[in-house]
Amino acid sequence: MSALTLFYAGLSYLCAAVFFGGLAYKLAGYALTPNPLKIPLTPQATTAAGVVKRNIVGLVVFRALFGGERWTWIGGYSLHVIFIFVFIRHIRLFINPVPEFLINIQPPALLFAMLLPLPIVYLFARRVYVDRYRHISSGADYFALVLLLLIGLSGLTLKFLSHSDLAGVKEFLLGILLLSPVEMPAHPAFLLHFSLVLLLGFYFPFSKLIHSGGWALSPTVTQIDDSREKRHVNPWGGR
Amino acid sequence: MAKPDFELPKLDEVLKTPPVKKGASAHLKIHPGQPQMMEKLGFPPALVDGWQKKAVEKLGELKEKYRSVKLFMEVCVKCGSCADKCHYFLGTGDPNNMPVGRQELMRKVYRKNFTVGGALFGGLANAHDMDEETLKEWTTYFYQCSQCRRCSVFCPFGIDTAEITMAAREIMDSIGVGHKYSVEIVGKVHDTGNNLGIPKPALIGTLEFLEEDVKEATGADVKFPLDVEGANVLMITPSADFFSSPHVDSLVGYAKVFHAAGVSFTFSSYASEFANFGMFMGNYEQMKKVAERIFQAARDLKAKRIVVGECGHAWRVAYSFWDTLAGPLDFLDVKHPTHICEFTNDLIKKGALTLDKSANDEFVVTYHDSCNVARASRMGGSPGGQFEIPREILRAVCNKYVEMPDSVNREKTFCCGGGGGLLTDELMELRVKGAAPKTAALKRMMDEKGVNTMAMICAICKAQFTKVLPYYDIPMETVGGVHQFVSNAIRLGDK
Repeated sequence: MSALTLFYAGLSYLCAAVFFGGLAYKLAGYALTPNPLKIPLTPQATTAAGVVKRNIVGLVVFRALFGGERWTWIGGYSLHVIFIFVFIRHIRLFINPVPEFLINIQPPALLFAMLLPLPIVYLFARRVYVDRYRHISSGADYFALVLLLLIGLSGLTLKFLSHSDLAGVKEFLLGILLLSPVEMPAHPAFLLHFSLVLLLGFYFPFSKLIHSGGWALSPTVTQIDDSREKRHVNPWGGR
Repeated sequence: MAKPDFELPKLDEVLKTPPVKKGASAHLKIHPGQPQMMEKLGFPPALVDGWQKKAVEKLGELKEKYRSVKLFMEVCVKCGSCADKCHYFLGTGDPNNMPVGRQELMRKVYRKNFTVGGALFGGLANAHDMDEETLKEWTTYFYQCSQCRRCSVFCPFGIDTAEITMAAREIMDSIGVGHKYSVEIVGKVHDTGNNLGIPKPALIGTLEFLEEDVKEATGADVKFPLDVEGANVLMITPSADFFSSPHVDSLVGYAKVFHAAGVSFTFSSYASEFANFGMFMGNYEQMKKVAERIFQAARDLKAKRIVVGECGHAWRVAYSFWDTLAGPLDFLDVKHPTHICEFTNDLIKKGALTLDKSANDEFVVTYHDSCNVARASRMGGSPGGQFEIPREILRAVCNKYVEMPDSVNREKTFCCGGGGGLLTDELMELRVKGAAPKTAALKRMMDEKGVNTMAMICAICKAQFTKVLPYYDIPMETVGGVHQFVSNAIRLGDK
């Protein structure tokens, strides 16, 4: 096995450990930190089912952002929807055999997935040109956008400009997944794309990207408005 | 009205997003807590040695005690949805009054001390130590937040700046930097039972005066009882209701409602305050102590239920926190506090009150949702009852009721500009500017719909608006309490 393959296989496992371990550490950290008081943002549902329903709808349409800042919603919403299509595009590289329906939706999924750079550039420009957003943006905010943009562009390069040996890539990825790594295609665009994804994996749990899982533990949006019906106990409140 | 020495926001523009003006409200400062007052509440009397380190330690402690603090510090993506939702930003243009900007003042310290990125990359990640400059920003801008939660309505993750502001104030108190207004008030509650420091004889005098006054006006023997053991209801109301205008008109309304319903009630001289400034300070222990006083009064007077008066943040504390802080209220027949609006509306629905709406015909009334009632509590059995119940009362007692536009109504309501412990003279410029968005909406209602009265159920809103509306050439008499209009309309036969 080449040094390149050894290096990337090792890095992949490290990345997976950091990504999943980090995610679990962070989310468990939130979940295990007490909510001393009932602080649901009202009006909120008075039952668990009601809260879940409200949050699912809120997630599907990005309700708060839609009501808050329509121009940001356009960028943020389209970016996240495109992520789903990008994800759909990539599943086929990690499973064997590929089910029929997944093959059939590749062309329309590609149509959306290839739009990825647009919302990123838009969201970047928004931070540069609107005085409020320029004021609140720091290196980390630009870094996340640039990283995603580079991943997208290198991915599009692989698709349209410089094809890698896709079968070889799939074999390599499956090898990693099945814990028996095989030789990695030494294709420059693929190496770049793959390296950037690994970087994203390392970065993800310890950055603002943790919002992806964190929102589901946010007390203001997930607590049930039932303080009248059910006594809420503060574990350190001495009562 | 004397001309202010600062530029008033233009009401026809204030609801639009202003350009960012760095440092526009940096000069608006609180008076620090006096040493003896700080000590009385268990805080250091003055800035302690090694405060930089101690502040960070306190932040580390709070992030483990409050999930809100930890999670809100970490999940913000700085999308900016909240940026133009704060009344203080709209009124001042200061970027540190954008909710995300305000949070950033704590987040930069958090990043430096509690995140990998902040520790590794420092400035690039906007990570910053707790230092003199940062403390100055904290003492300024965490006292330019009224904890109204409007920003969190528009946050994809429900990040609530109120939680951050409370934590910041708690940290500052713990290193010996307090706010004179708040520490003084909480100190007075411990001493006298109320925010104003009203002694019992003065309370008796006022209540006797009100009895005579109502007798003269209506001929009915409406009682304003104090410390009556065995009364059915213990009435807890903000102390402003006893002495301020228009607050006292609502107090008269409560008494008339109890009289008409034939329900015995009493005020307490031991717990003559509904407000709980412990919340504004972000201090759990103080908040608990203030709440316990009320529970003690209920036990001592052997009350069967607690009904509470018109106060916004205190209703939040009562509805959402009381049970956790000092409960359970299992010694009562009704095991949770009842809002006077719930009490009155139930009676209206049962037809138990005789109401003459025409008594309010000189008023064209609109309703101002107070933040803590709207976004941090509930009334009645279903979500949104906190919006509908006060409105149902107003429609039942007034012929002319007009709704505010949706963009400033219900959970999107703007703060009066004086909440969160900012109802203090040294912040008058901030209060006037922060009131501008809601005032702009009111002004439009006055011009277009002929509104001449804004009803509300918060003692702070009432005090704030009566003080700041005149800056915008709107008479202070425009402000009224919901029960003031109940009081006008209710007919008291001597049943």
